[in-house]
This record gives sequence, structure tokens and C-alpha cells, in this order.
Amino acid sequence: MTTLRIIYILWLREIKRYYRARSRIVGSLAQPVLFLVALGYGLGPVFNKAGQGNYINFLVPGVIGMSIIFTAIFSGVAVIWDRQFGFLRETLVAPVSRLSIMAGRTLGGATVATGQGIVVFFIAFLIGFRPAGWFGFIPAVFVMFLIAILFTALGTGIAARMKDIQGFQLIMNFLVMPVVFLSNAFFPLKGLPPALNIVVAANPFSYGVDALRGFLSGATHFAVGIDIAVLAATAVVFLVIGGYLFSTIEA
Amino acid sequence: MARAIIEVSHLTKKFGDGTVAVNDISFSVAEGGIFAFLGPNGAGKSTTIQMLTTILKPTAGTIRLGGTDIVSDPSTVRKMFGVIFQDPTLDDELTAFENLEFHGVLYGIARAERRARIEKMLAFVDMSKRRNDFVKNFSGGMKRRLEIARGLLHHPRVLFLDEPTAGLDPQTRNHLWDSLREMNRTEGVTIFFTTHYIEEAERAAKDIVIIDHGKIVASGTADSLKKETQATTLEEAFLALTGKAIREEEGSATDHLRMMRRAYSAHR
Repeated sequence: MTTLRIIYILWLREIKRYYRARSRIVGSLAQPVLFLVALGYGLGPVFNKAGQGNYINFLVPGVIGMSIIFTAIFSGVAVIWDRQFGFLRETLVAPVSRLSIMAGRTLGGATVATGQGIVVFFIAFLIGFRPAGWFGFIPAVFVMFLIAILFTALGTGIAARMKDIQGFQLIMNFLVMPVVFLSNAFFPLKGLPPALNIVVAANPFSYGVDALRGFLSGATHFAVGIDIAVLAATAVVFLVIGGYLFSTIEA
Repeated sequence: MARAIIEVSHLTKKFGDGTVAVNDISFSVAEGGIFAFLGPNGAGKSTTIQMLTTILKPTAGTIRLGGTDIVSDPSTVRKMFGVIFQDPTLDDELTAFENLEFHGVLYGIARAERRARIEKMLAFVDMSKRRNDFVKNFSGGMKRRLEIARGLLHHPRVLFLDEPTAGLDPQTRNHLWDSLREMNRTEGVTIFFTTHYIEEAERAAKDIVIIDHGKIVASGTADSLKKETQATTLEEAFLALTGKAIREEEGSATDHLRMMRRAYSAHR
């Protein structure tokens, strides 16, 4: 019971902090909108001519995934901010296990990231995206949450070993960008050069996007069951590693 | 003499880069007293407080708080103390009330009791009117007061304060000490603090330990330390014991990070 209450209060803190940082919300929505409009309308005709169908329908799950990944990593990496501003110590000297702190933070960060994904979905709807069927919406939110958990845990684990905020740019450029662009988020897997194909297939994010595509656009590459199995397994691995790294923090 | 609430024996902390911040120190603190831990910059004060509060693991030696070993049973020990670190550890994006509420939940205080205690502590540090304001809008002095309210929220037996009055004006410093003394008297909280304002230690502390270069160089009451060094004030005694050379230390923020970097490499 107490553990649940502790996880809840940490979760609540993440939600409050997100909700109160209005400028951050606007900023983090500008990017997916830009991708939807510029790529969606810009490359749409070419995509269509190549016989691949409607590009917006293809692109939206990828952009939803991208905005989730950015928000999730950012939430995880916020451990560094808390360290810099001292607040991390308040939680570390409290009589609670590191694992419940990690659990609360991760659930909070993942909830925020999932919310972000849902908002992007509705923005896409305004722009002209129509899901293949509304029955897929709930399972799609579940997939969003899995992606969010996976990358929040990854961000937390990395942040537990980072010394200062300067390293954040490094993470964005050498981890998040490659994960997003070396996936099936923006292009289909058919007819890729073999090397790229291997990289994309080894990227857990590809399975997240694929599952979203299955539920929202009605087309998958790997099959939804495989997607969810890969996502869930990777999330568990990252949670265990992240939990271990977080439990060894000395601040 | 009251029984000891803090017992430190042969405590040592070595960092990964080879520096020995704390070198085989032993001392004890009587329950219910006010205890000053003094030393020049870089003497090992903050490192010691960080070990006492379970943030850093000792390289060697033992610390017992209320008879419990802090390494083998950190959860029990963490309930027993409150701490105010050198740099604020409040969440700026939360209100004063939310910071206290967060703390109360983490320390497992039941709702009704928690709410009553929060109101009491807010009134105690004279912040009731600012309860719903964001911490980011507070001055340094207000943050300190809120941290004291928070540190005492869960009825700790010991309150650790690392340079609690640094950077505060004399009015705030006096107010703060009045509050601390009152809590010491009414709730019997043992106060363990470090400071660079030696006259504060002279006025408030019953027992004093002076540390330099990671070693304890003297201990006793203000009077006994003055007698020992034939000084008229504690500050003179302090200078006689630790020398007049100025210690090189970088600014506090950098120092903080450097400290952390050391802690990290020590861990790896």
C-alpha cells in the first residue's frame, strides 16, 4: 500500500511538472506538426505515384512514435535536471526503495509521453488523417504506452550514469535521432538496401511504429503479435537495466 | 551526559581520483543536543554529512544512528533524520504545500496526520500565507525556511544542516536559529550543523568538533576550545587550530559537480 502511494506521488509530480510547463508542450508539438505537414504533403504525391498509397496514413503512426520517443527520453533524462537542481537528493535520502522511485518516475514519464502521442493523433486527425477503424484506437494507446515505458526507462538508465546536462545533446544526436530515422517511421521497409534493412529490423522502435500502423492504418510489416512481443521484451530488459543503474546512483 | 544518538567510528572516504576526503575520524553526538561540525573549505564536512545521510557510502568505518548501522539498514535510519543540504533540494515547479506533501508521503505519514503536521510546520516557519505559491518565486531565505519545515515534518530525531545560514542576512539567520532552538527544546530534535559563521557555533552549539584535511583536529565545548588555544573568541581558536592559510576551492556549483564526478568514479 505504502509503496503504491509512493509510486503515485512520484507519478503525480511528473504529470504536474509536464502540465505546468506550457511552453514545453507547445514546443514539443511544433515538431510533429512540421513533420506531418512538410513530409506528409511534400512527399505524398511521390509516394502515391510509386504505388504505395496514401503517405499521410503511412506517416502518422511514425510521427506519433517520434513524438513519444522524444518526450519519453526527455522525461527519463530529467533525472539529470533533478540532480543539478538538487531535488534528486530529497528522494534519495527518503526511506523508500530506489526501485519504487524509478517505478514512479518511469510511469509518470511514460504517461506524459503517451498523452503527447494521443494529442499528435488528434492533430493528425485535424490535418486529414483518418484511422482505418476506431476499434484500433485503444490498442494503439496501449502500444504508445509500451513505447513510452521502453524509452523512459532507457533515458533514466542513461541519466543515472551521466554527470551533467551537457551530455544531453549527445544523447539526442547519437541515440534518439538514429533510432527515429533508422526505423520504418518515415519510409516503408520494402526494397531497402540489405544493410539498412538489418539495422531497421534490429531497432525496437520499428516494431512500435509497425504495431501503431497495424492498429491505426490497418497495415503491418512484421505482424502485430510479433511487434508487441518484441516491444514488451525490450521494455522489460530496459526496465531491469535502468532500475539497476538508478539504484546505484550516489548524489 | 545523555546517551549518544550518532556514533561515528574510524570513518573514511576515499574518492576514485585518490583524494581522501575523510580520514579515519571518530566522534559521537549526544541525543537532544546542538552539535557544530566546523572546518575550513574542503576539510571534509560535506562529505561527512553525505555519509551520515546515506548519500555516500563510507570507504571504511561505521556510522550508527540511534544504535542502527546506516549501511546495513538505511531505511530505518532514513526515517530517523531530516537533512538540509548546502544547496536547496526543493522542487521549484511545485508549490510550498506540494513539496511538503510529497515529503510526507515519501515518509509514510498518514493523510490526516500529514495535513495537520504540514499546517503546523508552515506556521512554524511563518510561511502559511505562501503555501500555494511556487517555490521558484521564493527568495533564498524563504527556501531555507521551507526546507527546515520539510526536514522536521516527519518528526526526525536528528536534523542535519550543512551551512544552513550561508548567504542569508542577519535577520533571517537569527530567525532561523530561533526556530531551530525552539524545535530542539520542544521536540527534542538533535541538531547537527556545519557553518562558516563561527560565532553561530559559539552561541548555539554545546559540543563542537573541528575537522581539517579530513582529520579531527579538536573537539569540546566552545569554552574548552578557547581555553586550549588561549583565545578570547571561538573564531580565534578556530584559526589557531586550522591555520590562517586560505583554502583553494572552486565556486559552489562547480564544486558540487566535481564532488559528484568523484562520487561517480568512486562507484565505478
